[in-house]
Amino acid sequence: MKQAEAVKRQSVAGKERYRVTLPVRWKEYRKYSVLFLMMAPGLLYFIINNYLPMFGMVIAFKDINFAKGILASDWAGFKNFEYLFKTRDAWIITRNTILYNGSFIIINLIAALAVAIILNEVRSKLLKKFYQSFILLPYLISMVIVGYLVYAMLSMETGFLNKSLLPMLGIEPIAWYSESKYWPFILPLVNIWKTAGYLCIVYLASIVGIDKEYYEAATIDGANKWQQIRSITIPLITPVIMIMTLLQIGRIFYSDFGLFYQVPLNSGALLDTTNVIDTYVFRALINLGDIAMSSAAGVYQSIVGFALVVVANFITRKINKDNALF
Amino acid sequence: MQAKERAYQWFINAVMALLACMCILPFILLVSSSITSQSMIIANGYSFLPREISFEAYAYIWNDAERIFNAYGVTILVTVLGTVLSLAVTSLLAYPLSRKDMPHRNFLAFFIFFTMLFNGGLVPVYLLYTQFFEFKNTVWALIFPMLLTNAFYVMIMRTFFQTTIPVEVIESGKMDGAGELKIFYKIVLPLSLPILATIGLFQTINYWNDWFNGLIFLTDSRLYSIQNLLNRILLDVQYLSSMDFGTAQDDLMAGLPTETIRLAIAVIGVIPIIAIYPFFQRFFVKGLTVGAVKG
Repeated sequence: MKQAEAVKRQSVAGKERYRVTLPVRWKEYRKYSVLFLMMAPGLLYFIINNYLPMFGMVIAFKDINFAKGILASDWAGFKNFEYLFKTRDAWIITRNTILYNGSFIIINLIAALAVAIILNEVRSKLLKKFYQSFILLPYLISMVIVGYLVYAMLSMETGFLNKSLLPMLGIEPIAWYSESKYWPFILPLVNIWKTAGYLCIVYLASIVGIDKEYYEAATIDGANKWQQIRSITIPLITPVIMIMTLLQIGRIFYSDFGLFYQVPLNSGALLDTTNVIDTYVFRALINLGDIAMSSAAGVYQSIVGFALVVVANFITRKINKDNALF
Repeated sequence: MQAKERAYQWFINAVMALLACMCILPFILLVSSSITSQSMIIANGYSFLPREISFEAYAYIWNDAERIFNAYGVTILVTVLGTVLSLAVTSLLAYPLSRKDMPHRNFLAFFIFFTMLFNGGLVPVYLLYTQFFEFKNTVWALIFPMLLTNAFYVMIMRTFFQTTIPVEVIESGKMDGAGELKIFYKIVLPLSLPILATIGLFQTINYWNDWFNGLIFLTDSRLYSIQNLLNRILLDVQYLSSMDFGTAQDDLMAGLPTETIRLAIAVIGVIPIIAIYPFFQRFFVKGLTVGAVKG
């Protein structure tokens, strides 16, 4: 009965036809209503936690006036950005962010790859597992704890370096937490200690996956260990190296906040060499309550960061489509 | 040849042993310094071997154990509640996405994936949670921002559902007259325990280690998690001496062993994770390598 009616209507006119197809579509949706409902909490979460703040970026273009309310405040155009880029800070945080993260990517890659290759050479399964656990341990620890570990090393009056190591070498104690020139060396060291283990495990997993026959053939041909590493291991795990590295390059504008905030103990004397965009935004917002500056820096980070992800992905696509993220 | 190979193994093992040592030496420095007497620390600094063993720092902490227990309580509550909620929301979101017949699944997947590429930054998030939701100084401030902290987990779970749960199983469930929800929790979830365990483990570690949300959303120290307490003690020199360790005023004049108490609290904060590490290490390694491959 209903079907006959539908057919009748469908033959009337284009406008009418629309009415008929719509309920059919709704029927299909109704079939999936439970699945849509299941997704609702998660989708709602992303709308609140991720999409609303994206629109909230307009704050950076406003002259914030709390009496009027945030969204009702007057437009300021690019004034907040002009102020931001006139400060010396803008240059310092950009330089620090890129130089630190750039060097982390390179240093971690070399260290993690080297350790993964060495670890793979270990014959004893038990020892291999043992080393793996130890290397991965720092990755599990929160940055607050890392801050304590570094403090135990560097504390002015009681640190291991100032009290035990430096006197042995006949060097005067150093005020690590107030001399900024040492931190471009300390931070990469701490970072490598904390995160290289993770990368190492990832690389190791892909090295283990390489077919043993390649190595057997190479040994028969008389290739030594070094030649095998260079012409079998590294070429075969290059896709994984590429993915991991490009993921990091795409995020080069975002720093490990804890590393730059906790580890230098939030010391003001070190800002020249420890302030990055993330810590700048945090301090401007929480300590100074300067919404104009912090939101301008935040938008700067989001836009450039997004551009970098897209470019990194574009390059990956050019080289090897399968490795691209999207 | 044999001798050469053996020498090579010795060399490789020596290098790895050295690296492994470097990974744990800082922890040894921490623990050993926390059980040294304050006077020794003042004289000789923190060292890898305690010259004069003393548990005075731990005794002081025991006197004010309430604060530590409270912080532990917050951490455990947040970790358990956060992980359970996170797993529930993540799996409920990932399952429909994994269904080939789900309408608009590509658009929905992109909607989720896009959050990994672009975000609004700290300021709008902070204003949203403090001005509109009034999360400041509530336990939700520690749970909500990290619920789906990484859209990657949703993607990994979706891929797992897609590759390990045969469509026939779901179809046969439908034939038997089971609704979508029933299929999900009677068939899909029991078959997906490995991925639930892996992501649950990661979220547990994320929640346990989180201090950032406490740093920006909490001013009330009663809600401090163990990480926030540690963070405050480390960065605020005054904070430790303002803590009441049940000492009389003249004891305070003599001076709290602040340098050792500081480290002892850090030891108490880090021990649980190191203690259970050997048991979950296998899953952890597996999860890391799964996460690295495209989800």
